[in-house]
Amino acid sequence: MKLQMTFARYTERTAFERPLTSGVAYAVRVLHSEREQFEKHQGWTIKRMDTLEKNPVHKDDYNPDLFEPSPIQEEYAPVIFAQDIISHVISIDLLSGKEDRENVLRARKSGKGVLTAPFPLLKTNRLGVILTFAVYKRDLPSNATPNERIQATNGYLGGVFDVESLVEKLLQQLASKQKILVNVLDTTNQSYPVSMYGSNASDDGLELVSHLNFGDPFRKHEMRCRFKQKPPWPWLAITTSIGILVIALLVGHIFHATVNRIAKVEDDCHKMMELKKQAEAADVAKSQFLATVSHEIRTPMNGVLGMLHMLMDTDLDVTQLDYVRTAQASGKALVALINEVLDQAKIESGKLELEEVQFDLRAVLDDVLSLFSGKAQDKGVELAVFISDRVPEMLIGDPGRFRQIITNLMGNSIKFTEKGHIHVTVHLVEEVIDSIEVETEFSSNNTLSGFPVADRRQSWKGFRTFSQEGSIHPFSDSINIIVSVEDTGEGIPIEAQSRVFTPFMQVGPSISRTHGGTGIGLSISKCLVNLMKGEIGFVSIPKIGSTFTFTAVFTSGSSSSKEYKSQQINNQTNSVSSEFRGKRALVVDPRSVRAKVSRYHIQRLGIHVEVVSDWKQGLSSISRGSSAFNMVLIEQEVWDQDLNGSAHFIDNLEKIAITTPKVFLLSNSISSSRANTTTSGVCNLTVIPKPLRASMLAASLQRAMGDGNKGNPRNGEVPSLSLRNLLLGRKILIVDDNNVNLKVAAGALRKYGADVVSASRGMEAIELLTPPHRFDACFMDIQMPEMDGFEATRRIRDSEQNINDRIHFGELSVETYNNISNWHVPILAMTADVIQATHEACLRCGMDGYVSKPFEAEQLYREVSRFFH
Amino acid sequence: MDVVNQLQRQFIDYSASLHREGFLDDQFTQLQKLQDDNSPDFVVEVASLFFEDCEKLINNMARALEQQQGVDFKQVDASVHQLKGSSSSIGAMRVKDVCIAFRSFCEAQNRE
Repeated sequence: MKLQMTFARYTERTAFERPLTSGVAYAVRVLHSEREQFEKHQGWTIKRMDTLEKNPVHKDDYNPDLFEPSPIQEEYAPVIFAQDIISHVISIDLLSGKEDRENVLRARKSGKGVLTAPFPLLKTNRLGVILTFAVYKRDLPSNATPNERIQATNGYLGGVFDVESLVEKLLQQLASKQKILVNVLDTTNQSYPVSMYGSNASDDGLELVSHLNFGDPFRKHEMRCRFKQKPPWPWLAITTSIGILVIALLVGHIFHATVNRIAKVEDDCHKMMELKKQAEAADVAKSQFLATVSHEIRTPMNGVLGMLHMLMDTDLDVTQLDYVRTAQASGKALVALINEVLDQAKIESGKLELEEVQFDLRAVLDDVLSLFSGKAQDKGVELAVFISDRVPEMLIGDPGRFRQIITNLMGNSIKFTEKGHIHVTVHLVEEVIDSIEVETEFSSNNTLSGFPVADRRQSWKGFRTFSQEGSIHPFSDSINIIVSVEDTGEGIPIEAQSRVFTPFMQVGPSISRTHGGTGIGLSISKCLVNLMKGEIGFVSIPKIGSTFTFTAVFTSGSSSSKEYKSQQINNQTNSVSSEFRGKRALVVDPRSVRAKVSRYHIQRLGIHVEVVSDWKQGLSSISRGSSAFNMVLIEQEVWDQDLNGSAHFIDNLEKIAITTPKVFLLSNSISSSRANTTTSGVCNLTVIPKPLRASMLAASLQRAMGDGNKGNPRNGEVPSLSLRNLLLGRKILIVDDNNVNLKVAAGALRKYGADVVSASRGMEAIELLTPPHRFDACFMDIQMPEMDGFEATRRIRDSEQNINDRIHFGELSVETYNNISNWHVPILAMTADVIQATHEACLRCGMDGYVSKPFEAEQLYREVSRFFH
Repeated sequence: MDVVNQLQRQFIDYSASLHREGFLDDQFTQLQKLQDDNSPDFVVEVASLFFEDCEKLINNMARALEQQQGVDFKQVDASVHQLKGSSSSIGAMRVKDVCIAFRSFCEAQNRE
């Protein structure tokens, strides 16, 4: 008893060293022979446990006394000491239990610790395992035989392992959380694993099998772990992979799209190349077409026109002439049309280039003026051109195209204007900008002819050159001019105004029928203006008039063009202009605009001009003036308005002025002006027709102011002056049977300074023209009684030939014949009918040409200049 | 002076009317211009000559047209031709035009 208590206490205290064991017990080896003694010593009988094993009872019903005493055996192994926990196993023969017996025997045989298979423990019936060690009386060598071991056995020490609590303790963390299910199995017998711990839940899912080694080589234990719950869906992984998948898909898509796009773009590029080639080919074809049409159409057209021109020179009756003239007009119109269309095509294809040559702007305007002056006079419309002093004399640019623009605009104005005026002004852009600020009130009656006009400022309102002040460089070489064409015509209807510059657009379908033209003019003008770096605009009020304005940029053509002071010396080769330098003129005109134009033209000749608006002022100026006026130019309107006053003025002129100035009338139309000319000797009133042009003005003035040189102011100021040069001092014979004709012709020739002799019969002529004579030329009428002009000429030629031959052969001395050995007096036929005098007939009989009766200056000049130089 | 002025004015008006109505044309104006200090009466002389000529020619024509036996149109034609020439030289446009018409009648041998 005491030993038991000591053992129990000891084991209790050292239980901490054996955390896994539930309890320890010691059993001693008792042979049968010692049983009685042993039992007496102990005070109990050795009991057996196998019956209890066979009929396991509940824990609470455990009663040690119910064990039967052990049957007789060879030896016994009763437990004598036990820890308190398992004190119930005291006196039980270990060899009686199946498991224990085997354990014990094996333990003593091997000398090592031996484990049982899991089996229900005695009291608790919990699954447990017993580890048994054999305790030997003495130390045995390691190579002791089993028998020796058996012999030396004293007792057996056993530890009980409650597997459940053991596993629980071990796996406290894991097991307690109940997330991992642990099964510990004794797998010594492979096919029949004995479960030591853990529920026998079916093992679905993953199972981790790991081997346990409790130290007993005989037994195998393994532990099976698995998760209690099915692993949750790995959301993160799923999401991530889905995300990656999506990204990959997107990337793939982008890639795919990019590749597609590249392919498509390359495709388009190829197509574009194709189209570009086609476009280039089309362009080339168009240029070729232009060149071909240019040449191919114009050549035959020129042929036609040339032939018509030659036809005009031949023998035609009046009807035929009329037809030819019509055909010519049509032909010329057709050529103009073709040129216009080709211009348009050239502009569209960008092939139009501007020239850069020096030209005189004023001369160009003069030309255009002369082009339209006839038509304007016919219509009774006053045509006026004004160029500002600040515009330089010479400019560098394309005069032809510039003329084209102005001609187009003026042509349009003339077409659509029946009354009033057409006023062309040329200024520098700077002038206009300056004047915009100082612009006085636009009085609608302060215009050239008194008719109201559309306000020209509206036409350039939108120009960019005016909105940007800084765009005009004061130091650059470029001259920016602005041209306005103002008319008092029909105007353009409001709804058509937006289409004005569209090619082929005309106001109405009837326009081309009534006025002609294709409607390209303005669009070509616009393109040309743009090429000249300018802008074009217009303002138009129906029934009042239109004003077209455009700007153009040129460069200055002469070094001194920048001077503000006017350089009015007109560099015409005509020496006439120098005659007028320094003279003074008085202009009487109530309209300031018109007076400005007149002043401009007169000043071009170097004449100083003063403007007054009525008779009274005129007289006061003349009487006041320190230096005399050489001439007075009066507007026709003023003259007509007040004939009394004008007569009065003329009278006073002579009284007041020191030297009587020559008086001129500035008149719009020729016929009415002629009617006003008085031929009384009191005053000399010459009419200068408008539109004023410097050259014509000079000629008129010179004629009037020169010495006795009153020329024919019709249209041949050049011919008349040159005729004078040609005929001055020449001795001329005129032959005509009609006294009147004779006198008129003689008078006409005399005015050119010729020395005229008259004859009225062919015979007379022959006599007079038989060499030697001093006649320089002869005008011979053809139709004469007795002997006509042809016959007379023939005879004259015969005699000339005769004498020439005789001189040649030395029969006659050349001295007697004024040292002329080749007599041929120029004989020109004078004819009233075109029919009679054909060129051939004249030539056949020896004549040198023909002129018409009565004399026409140009024709006369043409013929006479052939042999007078 | 006033009288002179008046006369001048009348003359101007009259010439204007003549021009307007087509009796005179540019040639007459040319004639007027030919008159200067050298030949101060030029126009008058020419006009006188013309009137003499006219008289002569018209008498001729009348005589020729009155011929009972048969009008010698050639002669008439010649006279008219002369008249035409003179009138165009002096600028008597209307007379000239009439002459032209006359001539065509002559060619047609139309006595009426």
